[in-house]
Amino acid sequence: MTAPFFFWFFAAVVVFGAVGVVAMRQPVHSALFLLLSFFGVAALFITLNAEFLAAVQVLVYAGGIMVLFLFTIMLVNIRRTAGQPFVHTQAGAGLLAGILLLAIVGGTVVASSRVRGLSDAGAAADPARLASTSITRNVTEVVNGKKVSTPVTEEVAGNSQAIAWGLYRDYLLPFEIASVFLLVAMIGAVVLGKRTMERVD
Amino acid sequence: MIGVTHYVALSFLLFTIGVTGVLVRRNLLTVLMSIELILNAANLNLIAFSRQLGDLNGQLFAVFVITLAAGEAAIGLAIIISMYRLKGSVNLDDVAELKG
Repeated sequence: MTAPFFFWFFAAVVVFGAVGVVAMRQPVHSALFLLLSFFGVAALFITLNAEFLAAVQVLVYAGGIMVLFLFTIMLVNIRRTAGQPFVHTQAGAGLLAGILLLAIVGGTVVASSRVRGLSDAGAAADPARLASTSITRNVTEVVNGKKVSTPVTEEVAGNSQAIAWGLYRDYLLPFEIASVFLLVAMIGAVVLGKRTMERVD
Repeated sequence: MIGVTHYVALSFLLFTIGVTGVLVRRNLLTVLMSIELILNAANLNLIAFSRQLGDLNGQLFAVFVITLAAGEAAIGLAIIISMYRLKGSVNLDDVAELKG
């Protein structure tokens, strides 16, 4: 798919960041490790020919969500919790469940990698297909006083443009629902986060 | 040669680390960060298969997952702030009213 060095390097960055999120005592340190992990995932998106999503990953996660997290960490007084244990009382059982999950799904991945075709990297599809799409639109022109519309098929190039066509043509309804969802989330966050007003008599 | 299996294995490892974080950590903020890790793992999986199959739909799904993650983070952090106002703490052990 891509040069192995980039995959292994950024995979190591992602896993290092993720382990740091879980293992760090202070939430601020966890947030910074999470930022590292987000950037690693964005780099892996680039190795997978998803340049637009890599940019969105950096803008939304590293830009927006991380700022929200850091603001919340600053709003919440963490000094008060500094002396207490940072894992909770059933941490041993939780760790055991995590290791069991690692064994179960890891076994599945290893078993499925033996199936022919999935592990065959040479069978990967042409990356150009992810960066282009063909669109058909009707071009209306006036010929001899009559309107004649002819369908014209043209290629658009670039991952962003291909995603835009998919998003605004094939997934228009989910896109609109997502915008309503974001509006609801925004209103909900404001209502939940604001102080209860004192009644002014 | 790096194939889709490598990406799936990495995504699954990320998912497992996230689940372990949700189960183990006591701080609600870190639990929310672990959920972000899980969503990232799902995105990585979707995009790896999108690349393998040459199908753009995986990337479009990932766009919606990122939208969902943004909303989830906003609501989750607002809940954490209002819980901090109520309890003066963001520890999961302190929210045990429903414990039998």
